[in-house]
Amino acid sequence: MSKKNPEYDFKWCPGCGDFGVRRALEMAMQRWTVKTEQPIEQNVVVAGIGCSGNLVHLLEGQQPFGFHGIHGRSLPLALGVKMGNPELNVVVVAGDGDFLSIGGEHIAPQAARNLNVCVVVMDNGVYGLTKGQSSPTTVEGTVTSSTPYGKMEAQVSPLHLYMTLGVSFVASGFSSKVREMADLIMQGMEHPGFAIVHVQSPCTTYNNTYDVLKGDPAKGIAPVIYDIPDEHDPADRSAAMAMVDSPGLPLGLIYQDPGSVPLEQRLATATVNARSRKAEDVFDSLMI
Amino acid sequence: MKRDDFIIRFAGEGGQGMVTSADGLAQAASMAGFHVQTFSTFPSQILGGPTWTQTRISTSPVRSSGDQIDVLVCFNREAYDTHKDEVAADGVIIYNLGDFQLEGDGQSFGIPFEELAKSTGNSRAENMVVIGAFAHLVNMPQEFLDEFVTKRFSRGRAGDEEIIRSNIEAMLLGRSHAAATGFTLAELSPPVKPEYPQILIKGNEAVSAGALAAGINFYVGYPISPATPILVFMERNLVGDGNFAYQASSEIEAINAVAGAGYSGQKAMTATSGPGLSLMSEAIGMAWMTEIPFVVVNVQRGGPATGLPTKTEQSDFQVALHPAHGDSAIPVIAPGTVEECFYATVSAFNWAERYQGPVIMLSEQMLAERAQNIPRPDVSKVHVEDREVYQGDNGYLRYEARELSPMPIPGGPGPYVANASEHDPFGDTTHLPHRHVHMMERRFSKLKLLEDGEYEAHNTDSPVAVMPWGGSKGPTEEAYEVLQGYGLNVAWYYTMYLHPLPAKLLEELLQKDLVIVPELNFQGQFSSYLRSLGVKAESITQYTGLPFNVSNLARRLEERLGAGARGAVNV
Repeated sequence: MSKKNPEYDFKWCPGCGDFGVRRALEMAMQRWTVKTEQPIEQNVVVAGIGCSGNLVHLLEGQQPFGFHGIHGRSLPLALGVKMGNPELNVVVVAGDGDFLSIGGEHIAPQAARNLNVCVVVMDNGVYGLTKGQSSPTTVEGTVTSSTPYGKMEAQVSPLHLYMTLGVSFVASGFSSKVREMADLIMQGMEHPGFAIVHVQSPCTTYNNTYDVLKGDPAKGIAPVIYDIPDEHDPADRSAAMAMVDSPGLPLGLIYQDPGSVPLEQRLATATVNARSRKAEDVFDSLMI
Repeated sequence: MKRDDFIIRFAGEGGQGMVTSADGLAQAASMAGFHVQTFSTFPSQILGGPTWTQTRISTSPVRSSGDQIDVLVCFNREAYDTHKDEVAADGVIIYNLGDFQLEGDGQSFGIPFEELAKSTGNSRAENMVVIGAFAHLVNMPQEFLDEFVTKRFSRGRAGDEEIIRSNIEAMLLGRSHAAATGFTLAELSPPVKPEYPQILIKGNEAVSAGALAAGINFYVGYPISPATPILVFMERNLVGDGNFAYQASSEIEAINAVAGAGYSGQKAMTATSGPGLSLMSEAIGMAWMTEIPFVVVNVQRGGPATGLPTKTEQSDFQVALHPAHGDSAIPVIAPGTVEECFYATVSAFNWAERYQGPVIMLSEQMLAERAQNIPRPDVSKVHVEDREVYQGDNGYLRYEARELSPMPIPGGPGPYVANASEHDPFGDTTHLPHRHVHMMERRFSKLKLLEDGEYEAHNTDSPVAVMPWGGSKGPTEEAYEVLQGYGLNVAWYYTMYLHPLPAKLLEELLQKDLVIVPELNFQGQFSSYLRSLGVKAESITQYTGLPFNVSNLARRLEERLGAGARGAVNV
């Protein structure tokens, strides 16, 4: 509730990619409420810690429910929110440090369960809020405040990781392309299963990658990003794997499992004849 | 001569049927109308390692697993060497002749357990041979045992009849072999079957049933001894009908999921033990901060670190009270008996819903795995509370009030942000000093809503009091009666509601010259807490991984109350 709240003093830096992500998420949620004829209160935004997590406080217009939890645990929180009430539209917003470093252990279990939430990862390749330490997506060899001799670790490829872990919806976005990002988030919300929209969201203060991503002919920099060609079939897992392992950064829907069955549906099917026991039933079985 | 109380211990190697023997005897005796309690302690492995279990049988309610052993059953030589010194002077030792042989010592005799079982055609009936031998020693009528075997093995399967026949035969063989040795103990007095309905239940089952009675609809947990049976129970029984029970990938995932479910309106619970509680600490602090109700059951085991996974200890009180960094004080409820495990869990849910925050229910290994006969709780009379849900228009400021306020639920009106950072009335992050003051005072003010817990108080005119907590209640009750027998006038206090304490109880404790707290930890964690509240308290501690022994505890209490205190009341 940023506009009407003078107490809230957090600001993203000018040019921060997260502005674009926020706008895209607002658009997608708006579209979702219209399309499903559900009220805004049916949406929950679960956020981790970092510049990205503050998105939940900076949403403008109609307010969804929000949960700004602890560092790295946005997925477990979302597991509880969603399975507590599967009717809710649950969106997770997280950064590369929050999601891939401290929270990395939680991606595989949600992928395996196919938890029906949509994750928007804002990847700026750096820890911004703590002022510029290296993150899993920082390029190897980069000098940061925590890697004065250059980063010793290989750069993680998030898209490759998601594909390997079996995430059933993998998309890639860029914060400057708001409308395309909104489309991807909307598709992720509608996807029946675990959806990740991984967004390049540059940090203008500590890791300004706009030029690297978009390219700059004047400086002789070739672009890294490219739009996924129309002929790519997102249902084709081999093609998707090949895409994320090839040079360049594809933008668009990389993979969507056409047979995706979300956790709540798997459970409903497996337990269709099961009935919860009451305390009375338990005592009946223990009578002396 | 007739006796009202017998203790039998089964000792041997894990996997030899120690637990089946103790549980089976408890079932048989409770069906006959006796009061029973079992105790088990074993190494953290599936097969092998020294294991022992114990069953106490009495004509009146049993409050501790007891001190001296009347009958020791040794499945191997090591068990004999380890436990023989705890056998009462007039006790009897039955050993496995198939494993070793002793010179006649006037106190022990051997029976070939396996050989006799095999001769019935059912090699798994070894424990029935043993139970039969015990039945001879205490002159327990065979019809009690026949009834038990028939009920237990009538499962509607083809082989039932044969299994029943072979088990009864095994018992009769054990009985006749024991009779041939000429050994007998005193005769067990006939049972006085209670008129009220009874159940035979373990602590972990009572916790699970309590959660069901309180209206649980969300459970996520992670396997850990000795709390795993609660996870297994929920996975089986909390299914369908919109309920959710699930095994998480870690305790961190479990606790955050439970917080997420509490936020989305569910009555949520997880159960764990020490190491798991440590992993959950940050998220419990988050729930205090964001004001989200849920219950954490912590079945205490020996610590620190991995500690003693299958032994008992009361060493998590302080970490339950302060699991997380920063200023918080989590409500703590600790049951002292298997029966209280049921009611304490209901109370934990009620507290969580009432004050809108996390509650820790502290159980213990010795309660969790103890089978005991208890009056069947009347579920229809259980008081269940639900949280106050916000029903107004949007634009609500969830944290504006300086005290408890209605909680919005996603899908309903009043969107807000549950924020682990310090927050303003809507839930957005703030650093303003007056807000931190406002929210801190708001959070702590809610504890006042929980100060109406019940407590026990006897002989309150004495300036000196004994006040156990948790599973040490039973042994302390018995030790207290020993002291009363000496003529000592000591006050008795007890409550499950450890934090916040019932306000009236605290008032009474503050009047005392001395409050002695028997507890199973090194530091005297609960008396330290009482002292922080101004109570002149000190502990009698034990840290062996085992419960208090009654006679030993009575002696230590008497020593503390002053030499020559018998018949006088001066401290």
